[in-house]
Amino acid sequence: MSAPVELPKWADVGLIPLINVAAAFVISGLVVIAIGENPFEAVKLLLGGALGDLEGIGFTLYYATSFIFTGLAVAICFQAGLFNIGVEGQAYVAGLGAALACLYLGFLPGYTLAVVAIAAAALFGAAFAAIPGYLQAKRDSHLVITTIMFNYIASAFMGYLLVRVLREPSQMNPETHVFPPGGWVPQLHAILTYFGVKWPVTPLNLSFFLALIASFAVWILIWRTRLGFEIRTVGANPTAAVYGGISPARITMITTLMSGALAGGLAVNVILGEQHRLILEYVGGFGFVGIAVALMGRAHPAGIVLAAILFGMLYQGGAELAFDKPKISRDMIVLIQGLVVLFAGALEHMFRAPLANLLAKFAARPVDAPAVERG
Amino acid sequence: METFDAAIVILGSGIRLAVPLILACLAGLWSERSGIVDVGLEGKMLTGAFAGAAAATLTGSAWMGLCAGVLSTVIISLIHGYASIDQRANQIVSGVAINMVADGMTAVIGNAWWGQGGRTPQLDDSAMFNPIDLPFAQSFSGVPILGSIYQHLISGHDILTYAAFALAPITYWVLYKTRFGLRLRAVGENPAAVDTAGISVRALRYGAVVICGVLVGLSGVYLSVAQAAYFQPHMSAGKGFIALAALVFAKWRPLPALATCLLFGFLDALSIRLQGFVIPGLGEVPVQAIEALPYVLTVILLAGFIGKAIPPKASGIPYVKER
Repeated sequence: MSAPVELPKWADVGLIPLINVAAAFVISGLVVIAIGENPFEAVKLLLGGALGDLEGIGFTLYYATSFIFTGLAVAICFQAGLFNIGVEGQAYVAGLGAALACLYLGFLPGYTLAVVAIAAAALFGAAFAAIPGYLQAKRDSHLVITTIMFNYIASAFMGYLLVRVLREPSQMNPETHVFPPGGWVPQLHAILTYFGVKWPVTPLNLSFFLALIASFAVWILIWRTRLGFEIRTVGANPTAAVYGGISPARITMITTLMSGALAGGLAVNVILGEQHRLILEYVGGFGFVGIAVALMGRAHPAGIVLAAILFGMLYQGGAELAFDKPKISRDMIVLIQGLVVLFAGALEHMFRAPLANLLAKFAARPVDAPAVERG
Repeated sequence: METFDAAIVILGSGIRLAVPLILACLAGLWSERSGIVDVGLEGKMLTGAFAGAAAATLTGSAWMGLCAGVLSTVIISLIHGYASIDQRANQIVSGVAINMVADGMTAVIGNAWWGQGGRTPQLDDSAMFNPIDLPFAQSFSGVPILGSIYQHLISGHDILTYAAFALAPITYWVLYKTRFGLRLRAVGENPAAVDTAGISVRALRYGAVVICGVLVGLSGVYLSVAQAAYFQPHMSAGKGFIALAALVFAKWRPLPALATCLLFGFLDALSIRLQGFVIPGLGEVPVQAIEALPYVLTVILLAGFIGKAIPPKASGIPYVKER
C-alpha cells in the first residue's frame, strides 16, 4: 500500500509502531477511567500478575507460545499479500490431528508419539487450510471470505465429532479421554525439577522452544531463500511476479499450507503441552489474537515474538487483574487487542503526517538525508 | 394437520431468526456496493444490540433504544469509513478490528455498569418492540390453512420485522431506479469514471457507510430489544458472518439477499427444532450439519461450482485521486 508520507527509516520502523500501539493503550486507559477504575493501578496489577513471580512468567510465556504460532501463521500469509482469517479454524482441526495420533497410535514407544502427534497437528492444520488455499489459487475465491466460512465449518465439524464420536461415554463434557503420557510435550517445571532446579508448576512446555525455532525458520525462509523471495514478490506485486516467472497460484498454495501447519503449533502447545486431551472450542479466539500479533510485529518473526510476549503478558496479567478488580473483566484484553489491530493495522498511517511535520520542525535545516529506502 | 401446524411454527421462527440477517445483509450490501468491504458486521451488530438495550433500560423506551443503537453503529461505521476512505487502510483489517473492539467493549462496559457478567437487566414489555396484530388476524383464524398462515406467519411480528421486509425492496428501488443508486453502484465498480463525471467518490462512499450503519444498527437493536429482552456479551453469535455469507450467496443483490437470509433463517429454525430428534434407523439428526450448511453453500458458490459470485469490481480497493 502506498504510504502517503515519507519518513526516515528509524522513524518508520521504530517510532510509528510505538506511537500506534501507544494510542491503543491510551484509549484502553480512557475506557478504564470511564468505568471508574485507575488505569495506573490496573497496569501495575497487570504487570505484577504477568511478571511479578516465576509462576506469572511461566504462564505469560505459555500464552506467548500460542500467540507466536498463530502470529507466524497470519504473518506468512501477509508476506504473500494474503489474509488468512482462518487460523482459528485451522488450529482447531489441527487439535483433531494431534488427538487422533495420541488416541490411536498409543503403541509408539516413548516420545516418538509426541513427535508423530506434532506432525499430525501440522498436517491437519495444513490440510484444512489447503481447501481455501486451493480455491483462492485456482478458482479465485476470496481467501478472507472462505476462511471466515471455514472457521464456522470447523466449529460445526469438530462439535459434531466431540459431542457424538470422540467423547468419552462416561464423561459429561464433550472432550476426549486423556492421552497416553508419551504424547505429552514435556512441561518445563518437570524437566527443571529433574535437574534439581525449583520452578513452580506452570503449563509452560517445550513448545515454547519449538515456537522460537519456528520463528527463526520463518525468518530464514522469508528473507534468505529463493522461495521466500518469491513469496515476498507475489505479496508486493503479483503482476510483476508473473513477469519474473513466478506462479502466484503456486505461492498462494504453498503459503496457505505453511500457514495452516503453523496454526497447528497452537494445538501442540495447548493440547499436547497442557490439556493432554481434546476439548470443545479449545482455541478460544487465540487464532484471532494472531492477527493482532502479526500486525503489531509487522509480519516479521522478531516483531512477532515480542508482540506475542506482550499479548502473553496481557492475557496472564489480565486474568490476575480481573481477579483483583472484577470491573475490569478479561474482555478488556479483547478490547485492547482490537484497538491494537485498529491502530497498528487499519490506521497505521494516521500519525505519519503529523510526525513528519514534527520531525521537519526539529530538523530546522534539512539534513541531506539520502533517498530513503523503503523496505 | 399436525405437520402443517409444525411447519407453520418452524416457518414463523425462521422468519424471526432471519430478521437480523436481512437487516445486516442489506447493510453490508450498501457498503460493499459502494466499494467498502465490511467484515465488521458482526461487531457492529453487537454494538447496536448493546447500545439499544442499554438505552432502552435507562429510558424505558424502545424507540430511545433504537435511536441509541443506530447512533452507535453509525459512529462505528464512520470509523470504518474514515479508515477505508481517507486513510486508505486495508478494509479487512479495519473490519476485524471493529469486531474485536465491539466484542470487548460491550462486555466490559455492560459488566462495569450492571455487573451480571455483562448482561443488561431484563427489559419490561413497555420498553420493547412487541408483536403487532394485523387487522382481522383473530377473525380469520377459523379459515383453514390461509387463516393460520395469516395469523401466525404474516401477522404478529414486531415493527422491525416489517421494516426489514420492506427495506429489501426499498434498497432494490433506490439502488436500481434512482440516480443516487446508479452512482453508488458505479462507485463500487469504477470509481475513476464517477470521479471523472465530477461526482465525489468520497461523499458517495461515506453516504453508503452511514446507510450501512443505520441498517446494521437496526439488526442489533432487533436482537436485544425485540427478540431477547436484554443484551448479553457475544449475543450476535456469528450472525454478522452469516449475513456476510448471505450477501455473497445472493451475489450482492437486494432481493436475492432477502431470499437467502430467509433460507438461512429457516435452516437455523430447523436445526433448533431437530435438536435431539431421532430418525428411525438413522439415529440422531446431526444438527451441526444443518448449522454448517449456510457456510458450505456459500463456499461452493464462491468456488464457482454453481454460478459465480463476483463482487463489485472496486470493492476493497481504496480510491486514489490522480495517479
